[in-house]
Amino acid sequence: MLSNLSLILPELVLFIGAMVLLMYGAFSTKDVTRGVDLGAMGLLVIAAVLALTQSPNGQEVAFNGAFAVDGFTSLMKGLTFIATAVAIAMSRDFMAREKLARFEFSVLLVLAATGMGMMISANDLIALYMGIELQSLALYVVAAINRDSLRSTEAGLKYFVLGALSSGLLLYGASLIYGFSGATGFGDIALAFQPENGQLPIAMTIGLVFLIAGLAFKISAVPFHMWTPDVYEGAPTAVTAFFAAAPKLAGMAIFVRVMMTAFPDAIVAWQQIIIFVSFASMALGAFAAIGQRNIKRLLAYSSIGHMGFALVGFAAGTQDGVAGVVLYMALYAVMTLGTFACVLSMRREGGMVEKIDNLAGLSQTRPFMAACLAIMMFSLAGIPPLAGFFGKLFVFRAAIDAGLYGLSILGVLSSVVGAFYYLRIVKIMYIDAPPEEPYAPMARDMRYLAGASAAFALLFFVYPAPLVELSELAASALFQTPAVEVVTSIARP
Amino acid sequence: MTDWPILSTITFLPLLGALFIMLVRGDEATVASNSRAVALWTTLITLLLTLFMLTRFDGSTAAFQFVERVAWLGDGVDYAMGVDGISVLFVVLTAALMPICVLAGWNSIKTRVREYMIAFLVLETLMIGVFCAMDLVLFYLFFEGGLIPMFLIIGVWGGARRIYASFKFFLYTLVGSVLMLLAILAMYWQAGTSFIPDLTATGFSADMQTWLWLAFFASFAVKMPMWPVHTWLPDAHVEAPTAGSVILAGVLLKMGGYGFLRFSLPMFPIASEMFAPLVFAMSAIAIVYTSLVAFAQEDMKKLIAYSSVAHMGFVTMGLFSMTMQGVQGGIFQMLSHGWISGALFLCVGVIYDRMHTREIAAYGGLVNRMPVYAALFLLFTMANVGLPGTSGFVGEFLTIIGTFQISTWTAFVAASGVILSAVYALSLYRRVTLGKIEHEGLETIADMDRREILIIAPLAVATILFGIWPMPILDLTASSVDALVSGYQEALAAHHSSGH
Repeated sequence: MLSNLSLILPELVLFIGAMVLLMYGAFSTKDVTRGVDLGAMGLLVIAAVLALTQSPNGQEVAFNGAFAVDGFTSLMKGLTFIATAVAIAMSRDFMAREKLARFEFSVLLVLAATGMGMMISANDLIALYMGIELQSLALYVVAAINRDSLRSTEAGLKYFVLGALSSGLLLYGASLIYGFSGATGFGDIALAFQPENGQLPIAMTIGLVFLIAGLAFKISAVPFHMWTPDVYEGAPTAVTAFFAAAPKLAGMAIFVRVMMTAFPDAIVAWQQIIIFVSFASMALGAFAAIGQRNIKRLLAYSSIGHMGFALVGFAAGTQDGVAGVVLYMALYAVMTLGTFACVLSMRREGGMVEKIDNLAGLSQTRPFMAACLAIMMFSLAGIPPLAGFFGKLFVFRAAIDAGLYGLSILGVLSSVVGAFYYLRIVKIMYIDAPPEEPYAPMARDMRYLAGASAAFALLFFVYPAPLVELSELAASALFQTPAVEVVTSIARP
Repeated sequence: MTDWPILSTITFLPLLGALFIMLVRGDEATVASNSRAVALWTTLITLLLTLFMLTRFDGSTAAFQFVERVAWLGDGVDYAMGVDGISVLFVVLTAALMPICVLAGWNSIKTRVREYMIAFLVLETLMIGVFCAMDLVLFYLFFEGGLIPMFLIIGVWGGARRIYASFKFFLYTLVGSVLMLLAILAMYWQAGTSFIPDLTATGFSADMQTWLWLAFFASFAVKMPMWPVHTWLPDAHVEAPTAGSVILAGVLLKMGGYGFLRFSLPMFPIASEMFAPLVFAMSAIAIVYTSLVAFAQEDMKKLIAYSSVAHMGFVTMGLFSMTMQGVQGGIFQMLSHGWISGALFLCVGVIYDRMHTREIAAYGGLVNRMPVYAALFLLFTMANVGLPGTSGFVGEFLTIIGTFQISTWTAFVAASGVILSAVYALSLYRRVTLGKIEHEGLETIADMDRREILIIAPLAVATILFGIWPMPILDLTASSVDALVSGYQEALAAHHSSGH
């Protein structure tokens, strides 16, 4: 029992901490938003450190195999928690100015992080569902946190309805898989479908498709992306910044884990789907973003495209491919948060502005912010020597190794199309003339965050080895032959 | 001293200069003048270091020299730098043109001087890196990275249609390059490394060579640029500021030719031989067609841009002949075009700064007011035509000889292209400088000042010196080119004897 608890220590810390903060906020007579924010960030950092230092020897499981910890989950959890902490740090100034500062926001984000941690470590379909729902419920609420705004409540409702639908799809898929394999544990599902048992039963394939649909919704991959632009645009910008980073990391992590550990031998069945989803996401992300005028909608399409690129590595289905996905997601999270630090600073006298044209001439009025945003744009476009290039390099390297030439060619070509709209933002900032009314200066936190992520994107090429090695280490954890550790209570038929 | 990583120093010194400029503080005028000074000194020191490196360079061996190799991305992708007879002169060319570019923008760039100088210094780092990289992934990093500063140089400090031109430049080049990236990855999996000498030693199968060659060709043909993917170049040249045009014509175009020499020819000899007729045809069309197009231009920069495409046609023709003369001629032509076209763009810049128009019809009779200018412009016009005694002649002559042995027809068409180049170049010269002054505003135009003469003089010296005495360049490249050509012939002989 005690070893069970030590494995879920990061989540436990977050969960108990969230309760304490909630009580503190609820029973305090003063406004304690600031304190709760700081406490939440502290909790997330502690949890991230705990997750990163867990590193068990191989895979360890808790609660009868429902919860697993290995090198992959440790790294992904660490990244997710840090991304959440950064999102809270970025939100503070914004929420205060928009008069949205409520202590519940940070508490909800901590609860969402707890759900994400559980979801990343899920080793059983039931545990997976619980993790996803805990995360999602918190996300639905924060999307609508600006309850007096029509757009924000609409975003929250849309997100909730579509999210519930996707959860339903996922559950339906899970029930089919359970019905035909007699197991809910990932290891047992994998054992139930060895290649020598012949082809995958058709109902099982259907179950797999539903499962993939549910998970693809969480990472907003095409064709389950429709909610993304509306929710990104409607939610308060600080919430959008959070949505774009941490849940994507967690969603991609569990997506890869489910497929690699529960269906490693059914790769022929799901690889086709992933290839299609990946290509469709890259192409839609590239083309649909061109027409956008709102920076948040544009970034929504950009994130759809980036999920497509990350999925290229996943489609390869190899250890190198998974390492590529991990690296890509890590770099993507840094770039996205850096970009949103700049978007959150798009503020005029009268309040926030969101049109891309509002960035006109930024390089002359706010050169630092323009330089940071330009670096982020070139990096997101994948132009070397910036960090974004290396993510693409590694996923395409794996895809070429796996013989996915068609997907690779379509992928790089859509990256060229995508480069167009990133370039247009640079053009607006550097070439167009500035307007009469200048921007309000960047808040200090934002300046540090934008500067740090720009420096990271710019200098990653100097010493890329540590992150590359970490991602390879994490990927190798998924490809170790699992020790026969899972003894479930359910007998297989 | 032998252990000192001189190539990395040369490559990253400009970046250090750019960092310095970022730290400059003060009001706008101080920042501008300090930025100019830092940029000039940085490029001059880089040039001195490059010349020092050249004196230590051993021209008698084909091996890479000053090699540095450090682990970088892992799994066979290293940070590896080195130069051989093929690349060393391009490094020198780049370092030599940079101070000229800085000086060319000295007075004409008035807005955002700091950013301008930073962009140029970053560009210098990336360009030198391209020629020094001994690892294919590292090469790609530098090769593609150059797009960012060049995009900004054209887009921010360019002419009226600069936005269109900068986007076209960026996207055109990117499309070609991303396909090359996939080819690089395929080669990496085949060879298990991206270290260039190891890749050259890996024999790729004939089938694979075809695809790899096409992917690399997509990138280098656009960069070169070859007909029919040359259309971005006139736009980019016309809109770029003078120094941008100089660096574009002088160095960036050479990356395509360098890529053919370093990758396509030695790594995919079978495919190169197979596709050589295609390259010859495209070169011949480029020489004749773009010369004719150049003749029809009304804009001086556009005319020179089209003439660049024609001159690059000689280069590709010479390179793919894969004879000693052809390849050496191709390298010589690239270097010589580097300073001649650079000088021609500077000449246009001189009168553009005074009259703010590039229209040929707006000038005429400049010789009456600007004798020094007329003399220098004449020299470079003649060099552009390929008059014996100028460096332009040597390159064209050698490439034609080299090609003549392989494809007589191509050589024949190319030789007639020389006549066409005389047609457009001499007509340009006549319309701009000769005759009477008829247009308003030209009566008071001043001759070149000391700074302008100082910038152009070294290029004039190079044009005449290497036109009369080309041996230093040919000697330096000889052993590397010899190794390249013999390796190519051996690979082909092995392929043909194995039943094809």
